[in-house]
Amino acid sequence: MQIATEAAQIGLDWDSRTGAVTVPIYQTATFRHPGLGKSTGYDYSRSGNPTRQALEQGIARLDNGCRGFAYASGMAAIASLLLLFRQGDHLIVTEDLYGGTYRLFEKIFNQYGLEFTYVDTSDKAAVLRAWRPTTRALFVESLTNPLLKVADIGRLAGICKDRGALCIVDNTFLTPYLLRPLDLGADIAVYSGSKYLAGHNDTICGLVTVKEPELAERVSFHQNAAGAVLGPQDSWLTIRGMKTLSVRLDRQQENALAIARWLRHHPLVRKVYYPGLEDHPGHELLQRQGKGFGAMVAFEVRDPALVERLLLKTNLISFAESLGGVETLITFPEVQTHADIEPETRDRLGINSVLLRLSVGIEDAGDLIDDLDRAFSQEEQP
Amino acid sequence: MKFATQLIHGSHAIDPATGALSIPIHQTSTFAQKSVDHFGRYDYARSGNPTREALEEAIARLEGGSRGFAFASGMAAISSTFLLFAPGDHLVVCEDVYGGTFRVLTRLFSQWGLSVTFVDATDPDAIVAAITPATKALYLETPSNPLLKIIDLRAAAAIAKQRGLLTIVDNTFMTPYLQRPLELGCDIVLHSGTKFLNGHSDVVCGFAVVADAELAKRIGFIQNGFGAILGPQDCWLVLRGLKTLKIRMEESQASAVRIAAWLDTLPQVERVYFPGLPGHPGHAVHQEQADGPGAVLSFELTDLELTRKLLEGVELAAFAVSLGGVESILSYPAKMSHAAMPPAERATRGISDTLVRLSVGLEDPDDLMADLARILCD
Repeated sequence: MQIATEAAQIGLDWDSRTGAVTVPIYQTATFRHPGLGKSTGYDYSRSGNPTRQALEQGIARLDNGCRGFAYASGMAAIASLLLLFRQGDHLIVTEDLYGGTYRLFEKIFNQYGLEFTYVDTSDKAAVLRAWRPTTRALFVESLTNPLLKVADIGRLAGICKDRGALCIVDNTFLTPYLLRPLDLGADIAVYSGSKYLAGHNDTICGLVTVKEPELAERVSFHQNAAGAVLGPQDSWLTIRGMKTLSVRLDRQQENALAIARWLRHHPLVRKVYYPGLEDHPGHELLQRQGKGFGAMVAFEVRDPALVERLLLKTNLISFAESLGGVETLITFPEVQTHADIEPETRDRLGINSVLLRLSVGIEDAGDLIDDLDRAFSQEEQP
Repeated sequence: MKFATQLIHGSHAIDPATGALSIPIHQTSTFAQKSVDHFGRYDYARSGNPTREALEEAIARLEGGSRGFAFASGMAAISSTFLLFAPGDHLVVCEDVYGGTFRVLTRLFSQWGLSVTFVDATDPDAIVAAITPATKALYLETPSNPLLKIIDLRAAAAIAKQRGLLTIVDNTFMTPYLQRPLELGCDIVLHSGTKFLNGHSDVVCGFAVVADAELAKRIGFIQNGFGAILGPQDCWLVLRGLKTLKIRMEESQASAVRIAAWLDTLPQVERVYFPGLPGHPGHAVHQEQADGPGAVLSFELTDLELTRKLLEGVELAAFAVSLGGVESILSYPAKMSHAAMPPAERATRGISDTLVRLSVGLEDPDDLMADLARILCD
C-alpha cells in the first residue's frame, strides 16, 4: 500500500462498536479490569492508550517499522531514546544539528557521562574517523537543520551494522512520505511530529519508529518508565494531520522549489540552500534514496540589515519558530533554533547573521514570492 | 484568600483578550514574533504555552510555591526532577515508594550512576543513618503508597537542611488542600496530577512545584530541554478538574473515614491502614502536618480467595489501576501499582498478596459499604 493510502486509513477500523471512521479520543487515565490477573490489554494510559496506540501503529506502518511510540514532544522522544545508553557510551552526531537536540545532549546527558562527537555526517570518512571503541550509536538528521545537508543513510546504516552500533535517524524534515530510514537500514527513526506529520502548527509531539521487536521492547520500557507520553487529544490531532501528509507535502515541495529558484536569481541573495536545486551537493543522493526534497529552504542575504526587513515586513510569512505547517514561516537560526550552539561552531557551519530559514507552506507560490519581493524592495525607514 | 476561593479565583485563568471565564485552549505549537532582538513572552509551545502557564501558576499558588511545572505524566515529573542529579549522587528514599518511582530509580537512573538507599523514613534516625557524603536529596511520600505510613516532614526537612540536602515530597495522596510540604520546609513537591488534582480519571499528568527561584530555574531548564511537557487540551482539563478539588476531597475523605472505621470492625479484615484511624501509628504526626487523612485506604484480608472474590465481584468500585477520581477504585498493589517491584522487595515492605487498596470516590458511602459487604460478609 502507498503511504498516502496508509495515512488516510489511520484509525479507520478502530471503533468496531459504532463503526466511527476515526478513532475515539480515549480521554481516560485508567481502564477497568475484567478480573484478577486479567486485562483488556489496557491498564493505565501512560502504559497504553487506544488513541495514542492508533497513532503509534499508524506511524509504524508509514515507516515500515515493527512498532511506533508517541511522546510529549520531539525532544521528549529523543531524550527517551538516549535512555537506551549508559555512562561512558559514545554517540556520533550530525554537526549542524537542531539546537534543542544539541542542548539536550550537551547540557543534560553530558552530565550523565554520555559522550558526543559532532561531525559532518554527509562525509562518510569523517564518521569513520570519529569512531571509538565505545561508540554505541550514530545520530543523523536525514536532512540537516538548517543547512539541508544530505546524509547517505544506507551507507551509514551499513557502517553501524558492521560495528554493532545503532543507527538513529531524525527524519523530521522529510517524513516517511519522502524517505524511509528503516527501509534504508536504520534501526530507529525519530520525528518532531509537531512539524510535517501533524502539519498544522497546532500540536507539540514526538514520534519514534523501530525496526526490530527486541529493540522496540526496550524503547517501550523507557516510554512507560520515564512516562513522557503524548496525551489522547494531541494524539488524535496528530492522526488527523497525518491524513493529509501527502497532499500537503506535494504542494509544499512545489512551492519550495519555485521560491528557491526565485531566490537564487535575486540580486540581494548571496546563497540558497535547497536540495531540490540540481547543483545542491546532496541532490543526486536524495533523489536516489528518497522521493522528494522537502519544503525547507535556507538562504543568505547580502546585507545583515535585510534580515530584520524580511523577518518583520513580510505579511503572509510569519516570523515564528517551528516549521512544517500549512502556513509559511521564516526564522533566523542564529538567534532562534540554534541559539544554544556555541558561536564558533555556528560560524564554522555557516549558521551566521545573514542566514534565514523558510518553512514553505501550502499557500499560493505566487503570493509567497510577491510577499518576499515586497519585503526585499521596501525602502529602509530613515 | 481561603483555599476554596483560590481554586476558583486564584489563577489568572480568565482570558485577558475576551474576558472568557475559562482560559482558551491554545492549541498552537508556535507564536509569531514582532522583533528580531526581543522575542515575545511565548515563542515555542514546548518552552511555554499560555494554557499550560495558567495551570502551572495555579498549582504553584496552591502549594505556596514560586513556580509550578506541568509534565506529561507523574512519572515524567518525577524523572525530570531526578535529572537535577549527576552520576555519583546518592538519594535516600522512603521504602514503600510508588512502584513506578522504584522502577525508574532502580532500572533507569541506576544505570546513569545515581545510587539510592531505601529506608523506613517514618524513623528520622533511619534517614540520618542512610545519609552519606554523596547524598544530595531525600525523596519522600507521606502518606506512603500503599501502606499509608506517615513521615514527619518537618523533622525530615530539618535533617536535610542541616546537611545541605534537598527534600523532595510526592504529595499526590494529599494534594495542597490537605498538606503543603513547602510550608513545612521541603524544597520540591511532586504530583501525579492524574489523581486527586485532576480528579476525573480522564487525564494523565504530573507536576513539580518549588519555592526557591534558583531551583525553579534549573527545573525550568530541564522541562524545556527534556521536553516532557503536558499538552494544552490536557492542561485545560486539569484546570477544570482543579476547581472542584476541595469539595471532591472533602466528600471522598468523609466517606473514607466511615468506610475505614467500618472495615476495622470486620472479622474478615486482618488490618486497616488509614491515617484517620486513631490506632494508626502515624496518626498524631499526620494530624500535626496535614489537614485530613485523605481518601485512600488499604486493608488486608484474611485469605487470598476472599481477596480474589472481592476484586472480581465488586460492582460500584472499579477494579483498576490509579486512584483519586470521582469513581471509587479498588486496586491490588501486588499486581498493579507495585508490580514493578520484585516479590522479595514487596514482602519486606509488607505489601502482601491479600492487601487491597481503596481510593474512595464520590458515590454514597452507604452504597459502597453495601457493595463491599455483599462479598466480604457473604
